[in-house]
Amino acid sequence: MRLLVAVIVLVLLALGSLLIGVSNVSWHSLFSPSPDEQALQVLVISRIPRMLAVMLVGTSLGVAGLILQMLVRNRFVEPATAGSAESASLGLMAATVLAPQLPVLGKMLVAAVFALAGTALFLLILRRIPLRSVLIVPLVGLVLGSVFDSITTFYAYRMDLLQSVNAWKTGDFSNVLRGRYELLWVTLGLTCCAYVAADRFTVAGMGEAFTTNLGMHYSRIMALGLLIVSLVTAMVVVTVGMVPFLGLLVPNLVSLFTGDNARRAIPWVAVGGAGFVLLCDILGRVVRFPYEIPGATIAGVVGSVLFLYLLLRRDARVG
Amino acid sequence: MIEARNVTKRYGDALVVDDVTLRLPVGGITSIIGPNGAGKSTLLSMVSRVMPMSSGTVLVDGLDVRTTPGEVLARRLAILRQDNHLTSRLTVRELVTFGRYPHSKGRPTVQDREHVERAIHHMGLDALAERFLDELSGGQRQRAFVAMVLCQDTDYVLLDEPLNGLDLKHSVAMMKQLRTAADTLNKSIVMVLHDLNFASCYSDHLIAMRDGKVAFQGRPEEIMRPDVLRAVYDLDISIQRIDGDWIATHYR
Repeated sequence: MRLLVAVIVLVLLALGSLLIGVSNVSWHSLFSPSPDEQALQVLVISRIPRMLAVMLVGTSLGVAGLILQMLVRNRFVEPATAGSAESASLGLMAATVLAPQLPVLGKMLVAAVFALAGTALFLLILRRIPLRSVLIVPLVGLVLGSVFDSITTFYAYRMDLLQSVNAWKTGDFSNVLRGRYELLWVTLGLTCCAYVAADRFTVAGMGEAFTTNLGMHYSRIMALGLLIVSLVTAMVVVTVGMVPFLGLLVPNLVSLFTGDNARRAIPWVAVGGAGFVLLCDILGRVVRFPYEIPGATIAGVVGSVLFLYLLLRRDARVG
Repeated sequence: MIEARNVTKRYGDALVVDDVTLRLPVGGITSIIGPNGAGKSTLLSMVSRVMPMSSGTVLVDGLDVRTTPGEVLARRLAILRQDNHLTSRLTVRELVTFGRYPHSKGRPTVQDREHVERAIHHMGLDALAERFLDELSGGQRQRAFVAMVLCQDTDYVLLDEPLNGLDLKHSVAMMKQLRTAADTLNKSIVMVLHDLNFASCYSDHLIAMRDGKVAFQGRPEEIMRPDVLRAVYDLDISIQRIDGDWIATHYR
């Protein structure tokens, strides 16, 4: 079974990632009769949480991208280009400015509400565009995202918050420590929700009339998908920051060989997303060791090249 | 039986379907014909509840389509519309299996799988079952969608221009397959057709629409008459009787 092989590769990659870093951690020092106390601490407090955060973000953002693509029936959108991530940042900034004493969970919820409203607005605008060409859809998302972004930047500039805003926009896993990433486990629950409802999303991806014909409620499926995408985006933005191209690239790659049946595609997107971010994070940690480049920056570079390749080889499907 | 009562569709001031009251016959093939903009597809979409009506009532076996749960209607009536140009990358078999969804709720039983295979075979798609929809020609894709609605196994099958994009050979094959489905599986098939002669040769009942109203309806020999078609299409159409069929010659 190919998926099993992929999971094994992912696990090996994850285990390997535990050994990369400035302070020396090796299997030998961990499993010797007298384990190295410091190495063990580094492992438990920093390395394992980081690895888990990376994989949770990869999995959930990948699946969120897939679902968003089905909801808008367009392959060229992802939470980072549909106004979701930008509106989540805006919400997070609003929470930081207006209620600085709010705990992380509270801020996340505010960001989620904003993300929900932003993504819903995106869908609403799309409904108003009668003859939508394939390329108009991501353009609308980009325009909407830029509008949110400029509001955020304007206030962030005035409130001296530009650095935080930048952190929300650029996923960086170097700050992940035990106790600071656990919110991300919720995204795993949301990914499982998406898998349970996989058939519904596949059907919704075939259009409203198609969905109604099969006796399902199109608007309810849309609402569920919107909720999953917004919550995942908000949690990722609040904890580590957005990772570009992930939600775009991984579902498109997976679609090439498994197709768009979400029941089959979601496990692959989950594993592939985790692997993609893991690779980017590892790359960011080794290219100029002992310094680090944020995983999101690597993802941007690798992702844009891979996506261009995808576009060029599948140009027939753009039209 | 499907019954439309005073069904109307209005876009602003424009009346697309104007107070149509109609009983669709049970069994056999019924074709809706008429010029562009007559409201044929709109009527079909409203009858099958995929488009809301401005006013009026549609009853399917006495069930009001506005208030009956979608899943109940999905086991009685299937609709195939012409908006499938933008398709997901599903295989033919996956698509046809979704036709069983109203019965299986996503967990197909052995019986459901048999339905799927039968529908695939009926539409001559055996060799293409594992192909992705976006790798098929327009005609093959059309057949896959028809296989899906047949697989839904409803008494009523509504098709909006099922011959769209099919060449002559595949159009004939499609109509024959639909005729067999109507005759052997006892389905009531209602479709919008543009080709008068296909409608005439394969239908039991014709409904001619014009300006949002039902202008005429009846058996093919009652509709395939120069005076009737003149009133529907604003065109002089002569009718020939060839091998028992009523054929319109409107090319000159």
